[in-house]
Amino acid sequence: MALSRETQIGLLSRMLLVRRFEERAGQQYGLGKINGFCHLYIGQEAVAVGCLTALDKDDYAISGYREHGHALVRGVPPGAVMAELFGKATGTSRGKGGSMHIMSAEHRFLGGYGIVGGQVPLGLGYAFASKYRGDSTVVQAFLGDAAVNQGVYYESLNMAALWNLPLICIIENNGYGMGTAVARASAVTELYKKSEGLGVHSEWVDGMDVIKVREAAERLVERAREESKPAVLECRTYRFRGHSMADPATYRTKEELEAYRKQDPVLSLRDRLKITEDKWKAMEAEVKAVVDASVKFADESPEPDASELMQYIHPTNDNNAPERA
Amino acid sequence: MAVIAYREAIAQALREEMERDDRVFLMGEEVALYQGAFKCSQGLYERFGEKRVIDAPISEAGFAGLGVGAAMAGLRPVIEFMTMNFAVLALDQVINNAAKIYSMSAGQFRCPAVFRGPGGAAHQLGAQHSQCLEAQYAHIPGLKVVMPATPRDVKGLLKSAIRDESPVICIEGETLYGLKGDVPDNEYIIPIGEAEVKREGKDVTLVTWSKMVYATLDAAELLAKEGIDAEVIDLRTVRPVDKAAILTSVAKTNRCVVIEEGWPWAGVGASVAALVSTTGFDDLDAPVERVHGIDGPMPYAKSLEHLALPTAETIAAAAKRACYRE
Ligand SMILES: Cc1ncc(C[n+]2csc(CCOP(=O)(O)OP(=O)(O)O)c2C)c(N)n1
Ligand SMILES: [Mg+2]
Repeated sequence: MALSRETQIGLLSRMLLVRRFEERAGQQYGLGKINGFCHLYIGQEAVAVGCLTALDKDDYAISGYREHGHALVRGVPPGAVMAELFGKATGTSRGKGGSMHIMSAEHRFLGGYGIVGGQVPLGLGYAFASKYRGDSTVVQAFLGDAAVNQGVYYESLNMAALWNLPLICIIENNGYGMGTAVARASAVTELYKKSEGLGVHSEWVDGMDVIKVREAAERLVERAREESKPAVLECRTYRFRGHSMADPATYRTKEELEAYRKQDPVLSLRDRLKITEDKWKAMEAEVKAVVDASVKFADESPEPDASELMQYIHPTNDNNAPERA
Repeated sequence: MAVIAYREAIAQALREEMERDDRVFLMGEEVALYQGAFKCSQGLYERFGEKRVIDAPISEAGFAGLGVGAAMAGLRPVIEFMTMNFAVLALDQVINNAAKIYSMSAGQFRCPAVFRGPGGAAHQLGAQHSQCLEAQYAHIPGLKVVMPATPRDVKGLLKSAIRDESPVICIEGETLYGLKGDVPDNEYIIPIGEAEVKREGKDVTLVTWSKMVYATLDAAELLAKEGIDAEVIDLRTVRPVDKAAILTSVAKTNRCVVIEEGWPWAGVGASVAALVSTTGFDDLDAPVERVHGIDGPMPYAKSLEHLALPTAETIAAAAKRACYRE
C-alpha cells in the first residue's frame, strides 16, 4: 500500500505550509501582534500531517495547546487561524480563544486545550458518541510526552479498551515537557509501553518520517473503524524551538538540536523525493502566498466588538447576571 | 530594609524555612533545575539538592496527594502548582483529604502542608489560564487561604503558612512576581488572618486583596482629587478573614466597596459584602458596592480582556456611588 509520489508531495506541501505558517506566527509574536502563550509546532510537522491525513473528513481530531498545525492540516483556513492568534473578530473563535484554543466544529477539529492531558477524555467522549450512534467515525487525540503522566490518560485508555471505543491516542514525544526531559518525568521512557498493560494496542514510530507516520496511522485508523478498538501511537519527534515564545530552551544542548535538525521532517522528505530546485521554489512560493494572505487577512480584520464580551457564556444567553454589571 | 522582587521574597521565605526545619521540602513542576516557571525557587536546588527540591511530573492530583500524605507523616511539604488553574486537577486531594483529615480522625492526623501558585489573569492567556479560584478554597472549612500583594507580605505569610499546623493555600499574583518592595532585613513573620490598612481615609472603605490592591490604591488617588478620602484595606488572608478590621473601618467611614478580580457570584467578595451588610448594617449609610471581573470566562483578545477586569476608574466610580456622589 505504498503511497504514490503525488500523495507524498501532497504531504510535503502540507508540512511546508505548517512550517512557514509557524515561522510567520513566531515573527508576528515578535512584532506584538500575537500575545499570551504561543507554542510553535516547528519540527513536529510529520506527526500532524502523517496522522491527520489518514482520517476521513467525518472523523475527529483533538489536541493540546500546540495545535496550530493540527488545525491547518484539518483544513481550517490559515487566515482564520492567524486571525485568532491576532485576537480578531474573524478568528476561529472570534478572538475569544487565542493560540491555545484554535477550534473549528466545521472541520471536526475539536481544539485546542490548555490544561495538560485534559483533551484526552474529550476525545474519549467523541469515540463513545461514535459507537453510540454507530456512525463509525474515528477520533485521534494528540497529547505530549509529559501529558502521559496525567492520570486521566490512563483512565481514558482503560475505558476505551473496556468498551471498545475508536480512540487513537497519539503521543507526540518531543523529548521534553517544558524544560523536563522525558527520563526525568517518566520511569518508563518508551511511552507506548505504558498503555500495553491496559489492553490497548500500542506502538511507536519515527515521528520525523511522515511516510512512516502516515502508514502507521492508516493501519490504526482502519482498525479503529473496522473493529472499534483503541490504540496508542507514540511518535518520536522533536521541537526545534523553545516550549513557548518565552522559552530560550537552555536545558538542551546545541549538539542535540543539530542532530535533530539533520532529520528535519520537511527537508528530509524533499531530498528523498528528489524535488528539483524549480519545483521546490514553486512550492515555497505557493505556501508563501497563502501565509502572506493569512497575515494580511488577520491584519485587516476588525477587533471583536465590545458587545461580544458577555456573549457565548450560555447558548440560551441566560447568564446569572451580577447585581451591577 | 532591602528592596527585592516578590519572587525573590518567596525564594527567601522558602530558603529560610528550609534552613530552619529540615522537614520542609519543595515539590512541583520545574521547581528544581529550571528554578520555577516564575523563578520563585531561585538557588534552592543548588543549596538543598534533589532530596528537598523536587521536579514533579505533570501529575497534579498525584503530587498534591503526596503532599497531603507526607504532611500526615510528619513532613512539611510545600507543593507548588505552576498556576492555580492546574491546581484544579488536585482539588480532590486538597478538599477531600487535606481539609478534612484532622476532623475525620478527631485530631489523630493533621496536614501541615502548603499549596502555592499564581492565580488571576496575566496578559491575554485566555479562558483556561486566567482564573481567580480563591473562592474554591476559601469556601472549604479546614483550609486557610492567603493572598499576599507585596514582597514583604508574601515572605511573611509564606513563612507563617509553612509553620502552620493546618493546610494553607497561598495564591500569588501571576503579574506580581516582578514587583519590587521593601522587605525587613530581620527575621519576621506575618500572622495569617490579619488584614492591613494600606491607606487611611474617613469617607469610604475599599476592601480588596492580592493584585487588586494596586488598582484600588490608584482609585483612592483618583477619589482624593475629587475630595473623597478613601481607606484601603488589604485583606491579605481570605480565610479566615479579618472581620474586625473590615467592620472597624466601616464603623468609621459608613460606606464600603468590595473589589475583586474574579467572578462575582458565590465568591469571597460576596461573603465580605454579606458580612458588612449584616453584621455592619447599623454602620452603613449606603448599600455596599461591589466591583469584580465580568461574570464570564476570560476572552483572549486584548480589548475584551481589558473590559473584563476592574480598573482604577471602575473602582472609583463604585466608590462615588457608595458616597452618593455620582
Ligand atoms: C495540568 C497542567 N499542568 C501544567 C501545565 C503547564 N504546562 C503547559 S505545557 C507543559 C508541558 C507539557 O509538555 P508535553 O506534554 O510534553 O507537550 P509539549 O509542550 O512538549 O508539546 C506544562 C507543564 C498545564 N498547562 N496544565
Ligand atoms: Mg513534550
